[in-house]
Amino acid sequence: MERTPGIPTPERLEQGPVACIECVQCIPCNPCEAACPQKAITVGAEITALPKLDGDRCNGCGICITRCPGLAIFRLHKHYTDTTALVSFPYEYVPLPEQGASVRCSSRDGAFVCEGVVSSVRTAPTFDHTAIVTVEIPKEHLMDVRGIQRKGGQ
Amino acid sequence: MKETDILIVGAGPAGLSAGIAAAKHGAKVLVIDENRKPGGQLFKQIHKFFGSREHNAGVRGFRIGEKLLEETEALQVEVLLGYPVYGIFEDNLALYGSANGVQSVKAKKLILATGANENNLCIQGSTLPGVMTAGAAQTMVNLHHVQPGSRVVMVGSGNVGLIVSYQMLQAGIDVVAVVEAAPSIGGYGVHANKLRRAGVPFYLSHTINRIMGEDGVQQVELVELDHFKPVPGTEMILDADTVCMAVGLTPMVELARMAGCQMVEIPSLGGVLPLHDEDMCTTNPDVYIAGDISGVEEASTAMEEGRLAGIAAAEALGYLSTECAAQEKDAIRARLNTLRSGDFGQKRADAKEQIVNYFHQGGKQ
Ligand SMILES: Cc1cc2nc3c(=O)[nH]c(=O)nc-3n(C[C@H](O)[C@H](O)[C@H](O)COP(=O)(O)OP(=O)(O)OC[C@H]3O[C@@H](n4cnc5c(N)ncnc54)[C@H](O)[C@@H]3O)c2cc1C
Ligand code: SF4
Repeated sequence: MERTPGIPTPERLEQGPVACIECVQCIPCNPCEAACPQKAITVGAEITALPKLDGDRCNGCGICITRCPGLAIFRLHKHYTDTTALVSFPYEYVPLPEQGASVRCSSRDGAFVCEGVVSSVRTAPTFDHTAIVTVEIPKEHLMDVRGIQRKGGQ
Repeated sequence: MKETDILIVGAGPAGLSAGIAAAKHGAKVLVIDENRKPGGQLFKQIHKFFGSREHNAGVRGFRIGEKLLEETEALQVEVLLGYPVYGIFEDNLALYGSANGVQSVKAKKLILATGANENNLCIQGSTLPGVMTAGAAQTMVNLHHVQPGSRVVMVGSGNVGLIVSYQMLQAGIDVVAVVEAAPSIGGYGVHANKLRRAGVPFYLSHTINRIMGEDGVQQVELVELDHFKPVPGTEMILDADTVCMAVGLTPMVELARMAGCQMVEIPSLGGVLPLHDEDMCTTNPDVYIAGDISGVEEASTAMEEGRLAGIAAAEALGYLSTECAAQEKDAIRARLNTLRSGDFGQKRADAKEQIVNYFHQGGKQ
């Protein structure tokens, strides 16, 4: 994963919110490239290439999150407070979690990582039914939390 | 009897794209589909498609279908829905159903875009109510808004199995297992990761041994595989009320056979399919094919193949010059090449090239 060109560098993570593109297979797909208003994502003419993130251009707006059909783009904000970080991820289930709710945050394989609080739930017509959920979590879990367990758990 | 320049069987992404491409150059086109809804597979695809922007990637499947339909309407392509094409006979005469009984249509050229059929597994218990193909479950959930059950075992981890599993979760149904005989996941990692994040367990190197139940599915027995051979003593039982089979698709070639098209067997593209040249023309010079019938791939490649067949058929009928057609066809082939590159596409690119080679060698494998 570290060698994936869509993952921000540790230095970039220090500098504020940034996209984290966990796209690891050369599949023919490139909507993320056009999604970014800052032109921070490059796939290139060979559309099976992996998306490359330009951390200097990315301002962490999060627009790309809902444009990836693989739901593989996240936004990470390491120093939200002294002790907490924010992780934003795409969410396509109902009901949507509520802002302020305590949630069980989970890893890439659905395992419980830590408790978190829903800091925002963004929806918009241009997102086309993919919501962006942001959770506030203890900083040390920034690279582990990638979702929440749905109501009732799994 | 109706007459038309080009008859297209199938109004999926391939058939509609073929119709649009041919009608743009002035050909008179008739499209017939047995489904009451046009769009083929697209109409139950509620997920955002991968692919390139040129092919509407990031757009949900059914919206791609709607766009294609609008274009056919704007070009006044005639689309007949709700009845099948029963057969193709001498002189390109096709019989099809209608409210007034069987009708006939004579076409100068035919484009077969009939798609593919889902495969099934015959095992103990596979005729129990609750056992269905993944596509059937998808139709129930996405078109009819009916839950096929509450606990699903998905057999097969190709993209169809992965995507339908995700859509089951979205419909509030539990996916208790995704079972895959191979030691690795067949479909795209990003689709599998959506399921992983939701905590769905994957059973790789496993198969479904038998399905148990009285009046319907109640339990499913899995067994571990070692090089695709069951390992005795590793059987395990899961509670489930639904089993979905996502074990591949087979091109629907019956009409092509009736039209006398020579076949070739290409396992990596789904089995037996009609031989075709680089214009998608079969060994019957009046019959073209496009989409999953010519090898099971994706909507994006189906649309490009449709365009290719549509332009080639219109060219053969004199609606555009050879130079003009060559230019358009080259551009399409270049796009097909990019779609068939990368880790997953190269195998399909090689198989496709093989088909065209066989065609030019007179069908020798
Ligand atoms: C679950 C699932 C998810 C998918 N996700 C993606 C994706 O994300 N991206 C992507 O690019 N592709 C995806 N695909 C693949 C894509 O949907 C197919 O490759 C594509 O639809 C093939 O197009 P087609 O036009 O060849 O066939 P189809 O879409 O199958 O259309 C064939 C049509 O022909 C009609 N027909 C057949 N025989 C007759 C007859 N005798 N008379 C009249 N009509 C007839 C059928 O009713 C049907 O409407 C997915 C497929 C599935 C099943
Ligand atoms: S977060 Fe915004 S700026 Fe950064 S890559 Fe995504 S769309 Fe571009």
